[in-house]
Amino acid sequence: MSKAYSEKTEETIKPPLTSVGVIGWIKANLLNSWFNSLLTVATLYLLLKIIPAFIRWAFVDSLWMSTGAECHQAGGACWSIIPANLRFILFGFFPYDLQWRPLVAMILLVGLLFYSQNRNHWKKSLAYLWIFGLFIMGLLMKGGLFGLTSVESAQWGGLPLTLILSVFGLTAAYPLGVVLALGRQSKMPAIKTICVIYIELIRGVPLISLLFMSSVVFPLFLPEGITVNKIVRAQAAIILFTAAYIAEVVRGGLQGMSRGQYEAAESLGLNYYQTMRLVILPQALKIVIPPTVSILISAFKDTSLVVIIALYDLLKTTQSVLSDPEWMGFSSEAYLFIALIYFVCCFAMSNYSRRLERELDTGH
Amino acid sequence: MNEEQIEKPATVDDDDIIIEIINMHKWFGDFHVLKDINLIVRKQERIVICGPSGSGKSTLIRCINRLEEHQRGRIIVDNIELIDNIKNIEKIRTEVGMVFQHFNLFPHLTIVENLALGPIWVRKVPKKEAEETAMYFLEKVHIAEQAQKYPGQLSGGQQQRVAIARSLCMHPKVMLFDEPTSALDPEMIKEVLDVMIDLAREGMTMIVVSHEMGFAKSVAHKVLFMDYGQIVEENAPEEFFENPQHERTKLFLSQILH
Repeated sequence: MSKAYSEKTEETIKPPLTSVGVIGWIKANLLNSWFNSLLTVATLYLLLKIIPAFIRWAFVDSLWMSTGAECHQAGGACWSIIPANLRFILFGFFPYDLQWRPLVAMILLVGLLFYSQNRNHWKKSLAYLWIFGLFIMGLLMKGGLFGLTSVESAQWGGLPLTLILSVFGLTAAYPLGVVLALGRQSKMPAIKTICVIYIELIRGVPLISLLFMSSVVFPLFLPEGITVNKIVRAQAAIILFTAAYIAEVVRGGLQGMSRGQYEAAESLGLNYYQTMRLVILPQALKIVIPPTVSILISAFKDTSLVVIIALYDLLKTTQSVLSDPEWMGFSSEAYLFIALIYFVCCFAMSNYSRRLERELDTGH
Repeated sequence: MNEEQIEKPATVDDDDIIIEIINMHKWFGDFHVLKDINLIVRKQERIVICGPSGSGKSTLIRCINRLEEHQRGRIIVDNIELIDNIKNIEKIRTEVGMVFQHFNLFPHLTIVENLALGPIWVRKVPKKEAEETAMYFLEKVHIAEQAQKYPGQLSGGQQQRVAIARSLCMHPKVMLFDEPTSALDPEMIKEVLDVMIDLAREGMTMIVVSHEMGFAKSVAHKVLFMDYGQIVEENAPEEFFENPQHERTKLFLSQILH
């Protein structure tokens, strides 16, 4: 009896049609005041103007597999610039016949990154796997052993260079930044002063000037006959720069820790390093995952600044293609393409960081 | 509250001294928090310290495991003097367990990991053995079924019992309690006090900063009253509550006992 009754009320008590479903959503979000209604209409008008034109340019009138000359005749997008120059954009001046080597190296790197995403794989064996993987990658890029032709690092370029600069830059900068943050919190005045000076100095100059210094000024101080590889110098500049920013973010996390956590760890008899490693850092670093990832993402994009010291990273190889008379004028297409590559990488990073945050959440 | 009297060893000889504080002073900047403190604690002795807030009682027990540094006088714990030697300090901290007002469990570790952390890294106990010890003490504080949860999922009373078990896992010779029940909701105070009474029954040496006068009456050998950084009165609980000697003690007792 009561069941029938409740079934009946459920049916009769349904909310008014205009407050649920599509209509309800539109009413609540798009037309909930005269100002918002105006904005909705204006936005719709703009979208109607832009989207069909973009689709026409990008898809309808576009050419995908043509020569540059044909492209100049047509009115739409010239996507042909990408397949026609893909190998140069991706690999730069790496000897044409040997370009399978950087390709394999990149696949290896991406595969390792993918494998390392899973926290269940974070064991000692993973470190050995990385050491082995890095050795193979180095071998593929550099050659000179096991019958592989040697390739000068000056010929490296394109995507492998971008990935090398970012992956090593970020993985080295992170621990260095943590150490600097701990140093800045240190009770020992000398260590504290050194860390403060370092962080403030590095943060006070733009990355471009650091890259210039590493490529132009630094070699002047080296004794004659000794040279340091240009990529290594740029890499060092990126690491030192990013570390200073990470240090400040991590310091914020350390300050967010309550004194009670230190006291509890200390009263168990844990020493300073154990306290930091087992109690403080796991919590502090977790708190600062979002700002840390912001820094890592912007550092990844900043690696494109190495064009300034004539390293042929992804951006520079694309620019070179655009200076070829056959393909001149199709910069929108080319830049959209590398924007897509950058976006995929950055999106993967931010996606992963959100997953990590969820996994590490222990409900406090 | 368990009002029955727990057996208190009547006499103890001087070899049994575990903590000795002699003419100890401490300042926070210019502020003289502890003035000429003298205290002897013998093995298996249980001391309750009470007093108004800001009287220095928490600071006093925090000096015993060097969470605070004293500036004058001597503190000797288990025949080791607390001086500026980090090795000595770490040694003493392994012998002295501490329970805090706000529990201070490690929120990123499960309960059993919280308990096993100290033994594994400080005592170098194998992981498996440390976890077995952890389960033994969780059993003791009646909370074994929560072993795989995180601190954030437990109630305040449960967290404080876990905190007590965490200290016990180090097999300390002395346990310090810094207002262990004052951050708890009233209905959770009893479960924590019961665990402390069990501990007392087993002969643990305890120094407890607390205003739980029922606990003091049934468990303590000695009650200390502190005010303005001094130990004003020190007496057996019967005497202390029935017949307080100082005006300030009388005033304080009238305020908290209503």
